[in-house]
Amino acid sequence: MNFELTEEQLMIKQAARDFAVRELLPDVLERDAKCIYPERQIKMLAELGFFGIMVDPKYGGGGMDSISYVLALEEIAKIDAATAVIIAVHNSLTAYGIEHYGNEEQKQKFLPALASGEKIGAFLLSEPEAGSDATSQKTIAEDKGDHYLINGTKNWITSADHGGTYIVIAQTYPDKKHKGINAFIVDRNSPGITLGPHEDKMGMRSSDTHSVMFTDVKVPKENRIGEDGFGFSFAMKLLDGGRIGIAAQAIGIAGGAFDLALKYSKERKAFGTEICNHQAIAFKLADMAVKLENGRNLILKCAWLKDQGKSYSIESAMAKQYCADSAMEITTEAVQIHGGYGYVKEYHVERLMREAKVTQIYEGTSEIQKIVISRALLKD
Amino acid sequence: MKILVCMGNVPDTTTKIKFDSEMKKLDTNGIQWVINPWDELALTRALEIKEQSGGKIEKVSVINIGKADAEPTIRKALAIGADDAYRVDAEPSDSYYIAAQIAEVAKKENFDIIMCGIESSDFNDAAVGSMLAEFLDYPSVSAVSSFEFNDGNVKLKRDIDGGKETIVISTPFVAIVQKGICINPRIPAMRGIMMARTKPITVSAPVETDSLIETTIFELPASKAACKMVDAEDTDKLIELLHGEAKVL
Amino acid sequence: MSIIVFSENRIGKIKKQSLEAVAYATYISKNNSKPVIAISVGNVNNDELAVLAKYGASKIISITDSNWQNHDSQAYTKLIAEIVEKESADTIIFSHSNMGKAIAPRLSVRLKAGLASNVLALPLSYSPYVFKRKSYNGNAFQQMKIKSQKCVITINPNSCDLVESPVSVNITDFTPTTVANAATKVENIDLITGKILLTEASVVVSGGRGLKSSDNWKPLEELAEVLGAGLACSRPVSDEGWRSHEEHVGQTGKIIAPDLYFAVGISGAIQHIGGISGSKVIVAINKDKDAPIFSYANYGILGDAFDVLPKLIESVKKFKSA
Repeated sequence: MNFELTEEQLMIKQAARDFAVRELLPDVLERDAKCIYPERQIKMLAELGFFGIMVDPKYGGGGMDSISYVLALEEIAKIDAATAVIIAVHNSLTAYGIEHYGNEEQKQKFLPALASGEKIGAFLLSEPEAGSDATSQKTIAEDKGDHYLINGTKNWITSADHGGTYIVIAQTYPDKKHKGINAFIVDRNSPGITLGPHEDKMGMRSSDTHSVMFTDVKVPKENRIGEDGFGFSFAMKLLDGGRIGIAAQAIGIAGGAFDLALKYSKERKAFGTEICNHQAIAFKLADMAVKLENGRNLILKCAWLKDQGKSYSIESAMAKQYCADSAMEITTEAVQIHGGYGYVKEYHVERLMREAKVTQIYEGTSEIQKIVISRALLKD
Repeated sequence: MKILVCMGNVPDTTTKIKFDSEMKKLDTNGIQWVINPWDELALTRALEIKEQSGGKIEKVSVINIGKADAEPTIRKALAIGADDAYRVDAEPSDSYYIAAQIAEVAKKENFDIIMCGIESSDFNDAAVGSMLAEFLDYPSVSAVSSFEFNDGNVKLKRDIDGGKETIVISTPFVAIVQKGICINPRIPAMRGIMMARTKPITVSAPVETDSLIETTIFELPASKAACKMVDAEDTDKLIELLHGEAKVL
Repeated sequence: MSIIVFSENRIGKIKKQSLEAVAYATYISKNNSKPVIAISVGNVNNDELAVLAKYGASKIISITDSNWQNHDSQAYTKLIAEIVEKESADTIIFSHSNMGKAIAPRLSVRLKAGLASNVLALPLSYSPYVFKRKSYNGNAFQQMKIKSQKCVITINPNSCDLVESPVSVNITDFTPTTVANAATKVENIDLITGKILLTEASVVVSGGRGLKSSDNWKPLEELAEVLGAGLACSRPVSDEGWRSHEEHVGQTGKIIAPDLYFAVGISGAIQHIGGISGSKVIVAINKDKDAPIFSYANYGILGDAFDVLPKLIESVKKFKSA
């Protein structure tokens, strides 16, 4: 056992932190208020290599481990969770999906542009009637010999507009149920793709989220990932890893709120002393710190398991559920510690609380995580 | 041409400064070490100049006087983009000592341009760059806030009280830089971080040097009396206090 | 043995910091009876030079040759070293100014004289010299002993009271044997005129992010004007481009030590404090009662800068006319 981070891991964490404080913090409130996409920052993050963190250097990536990745995500999310989710979807789902389940041709064709951040990745699984129940895909990918024809609607798609490379999950053989599902790499500018309006969300407001409509969208056969019918299993495998990213994002949000609450509690006075000297506040801080520590350890263990090539499906479900629920609790307490100031936007904890909420929902709700965990416990 | 950037390894500037019980040495517990902020600006500008020089500048090296525990900070400089590094294996006891050690390495390696930050955030001596220049008998330009390198011609701007002077200079020289030299220190890119370990750090032993000064003790600033609050409506009162009580008006 | 002070001038006028350096030398002189000699380079007339005598310089060595106007630190070092030898000086004092910082360390190496830079107070001991100097951006002070025979000092503004101790003075025009052979060529000088220099100002008025935008500087400028104060800003303000980086005070900007510092709409990040901690009195005006600046300030007003400034300007006007 070794709990020490390597010099490189520490450097990446610091780099992400420096970037977030310098480039994201100054306009995060404005972008949140006006739903402005962080275009300038995404370009800079791309130059720094944040869109190819784990991608093999031979495809233009940084070749870093999952631990580095979650550390970077956490630091970005502390300041700006909306930017973190753009990075998370891109890295954990799109880039990772193509690198680990695509064939060599697909990797050479799509990875360099993803790793350099020239194209941002999106992952299209959810549907108006298929959220947690991903088996009931209504989007159809009809086999037309040399190509597929995709028709249907996807919902809640992060980076739907600014994304360049989609991974789309769709049903080819409805009678085979989830075994008939396929995954495709689709160019966002393919004819027949239209977007719904920008979703007016509770949080993560500067990431762009839309529904995506497919009308007779032609996708070359060679863009299918894996064997015919691999799509569902592909999506589930990806989400195992995606959960680690969302857990890191959640713990980042929580950590950001905790830092603010701790600082505030040492400055704000009530009844003649700083409020951190009141046990009611001190105990809140202690509870928050314990949850943060637990959450971070769970995430790092998952990342380590993943880097070792070991199974992490259950652990990542635990991490996601624990970190997301803790993030909601910690941010709520951070607002409480701030009192009235916590309820106004200027103090950031209000935004962090709104952002925490979605981590309990997307990439598998907390309830779905509990299904994954309990099923594994009760198996045979 | 070759550029050398001198870099100090200093406590992060937000660190709470504490000393040992004798008040002689910094208590390094829990300190995060960073590249001295002004040296980081120098490094950033040196790399920008190299990138824009069309190959005229072949190499940017960094040098640190420090023990092995300074290497993570040196590697950060390599991650940011320095090509290689020198470390003289010694405690950086004072500016004279540091400058003498850097001079030894610089004499051997014949750098064309040497860049230093204007001061270190630990000793605030503002001395190493100028001392180094004197050891090498190079010209030096201090308080440089702009550094242009066009086809081998160097144009510097230095701050003088109440203005700026534009200076032309030929190599070799020492430029002592401050804020304005670049917009922001460079954040290391992922590739740079992964490559840092593959870049060489040449370690050498220190040379004998005169010791001209000695730290006797450190003190912490006395804790300040509480801020006296004046009502926002009563600005006359503030002026009265500044005049009558503080005697600064 | 003697004490040498390097006196700086700006367009023929001796800087306040140099007068402080002479006063500092005179304190030392009272302790060890060594005469105080001032060096002046540039076009400063004798009437102006005589001001140095008011603070205790009994001999003034004036170099007016136009070849010596280039501020080349390498050449100046040789020049001063020549005078040090001629006057058998063992203590050489500079202001901790841009020029002092450029020359003093070089001279220290040339003379093998221990350097005490950023000195904040009169010597704690004279034989050997022990100085108290700033370190860790003002978060600590270092006491240091000089072990060499000669010693070079750079002193911070406000480190010694400007007490007059007039002496009769002997002003000599000096032609050094050292040649003003500068490797640096000054191509252009851009002087900001009509403004009070931050490093010289005894009162500084400074604005922060709380002023919201570059359009809102009028009241601050007016306050500076009625106070005869220098105008400064915090780092975010210069980073945003609201004000020129010339005005940025803080750890990475200008480090100043006025008698009176007004921090308006400045939260007081530790990096900002690093640049102003030498101020004698700090006044904070801020609408955030939890702003850290209040824990560094001597006087505070809790309120919106835009409400407070007009009233404060009126109060200053009333005070000045009284």
